[in-house]
Amino acid sequence: MAFNIKEWYKEKLEGEVILNFNGSITPDLITEALGTIEKSLNLKNEKNRVRKKVYNVFVECLQNLYHHVDKPPSDLDLVQEDNFGVIILSKDGSFYRISTGNFVDKNKISVIKDRIDQVNSLTDKEIRMLYLDIMSNGEFSDKGGGGLGMLDIVRKTGNKLEYYFYKYNDSHIFFSLDVYIS
Amino acid sequence: METIIREGSPKTPYVRFDGEKGIIEIKGRSIPENSIEFYKPLIDWLEEYGNAALAETAVNVQLEYFNTSSSKCILDIFKKLELIFKKGQKVEVNWYYEEDDEDMFEAGEDYQSIINIPFKMIEMEE
Repeated sequence: MAFNIKEWYKEKLEGEVILNFNGSITPDLITEALGTIEKSLNLKNEKNRVRKKVYNVFVECLQNLYHHVDKPPSDLDLVQEDNFGVIILSKDGSFYRISTGNFVDKNKISVIKDRIDQVNSLTDKEIRMLYLDIMSNGEFSDKGGGGLGMLDIVRKTGNKLEYYFYKYNDSHIFFSLDVYIS
Repeated sequence: METIIREGSPKTPYVRFDGEKGIIEIKGRSIPENSIEFYKPLIDWLEEYGNAALAETAVNVQLEYFNTSSSKCILDIFKKLELIFKKGQKVEVNWYYEEDDEDMFEAGEDYQSIINIPFKMIEMEE
């Protein structure tokens, strides 16, 4: 069966939703979204440690989207903008969950998959070593990313990244990522 | 040298680079999408300051949180400071973190492990 973004969306909205956005991922949107979650009572009542972790990982997820989204398919049954992405922050039991969704070109899948599988396979110590290594090499991609986003998310949350690629059509793949913070 | 003062914004920290007093301060959050644009002038300033640095430079870093793109730029700042320290001038970094903020504490440890200048870890009560 073909991928249905609305079904995917519905599933991700389970739990207590703190922020739900779909549309153009811009620097202004990121500022605004962060402002919204900072007002969330759920988070205000959290310990500093958890609250800052959520802010930090949330920003990293959004900026990952900002730097990496590809154009969505033209027949998408939702807002269609070039830098279309979805982000949802919800509280699910004792966890905070950040779900992101975006379209990527088919030819990028293996790079993303390899990257996440690599990060997921490392021990805490290895993650730190790799983080320090990449940070010290000082290179930025042409999009301004530092190549540390996924590593940082896993390091801060201590949880593996859960991801899925859904085939939308022959050229467009929907990349779904879930991050849990406890 | 001209002092650089920048007020904090939702995505960038308060910054004071004072060459007269030998005080470098970075406070708040640092999460710009384009961190190079923000930090490049500061790194250039340090490069120039390094040519005639004061005998003592105090560096106060009190960040709430920062994104990965800033983490590289902050390292570049420390690298410039390390050059000054290597020339024999006194440089000390005061790295502030809130008492239960293990991430900020670890970030300080990360820099300490890469950069060879004295770091003082200062815990702040909530």
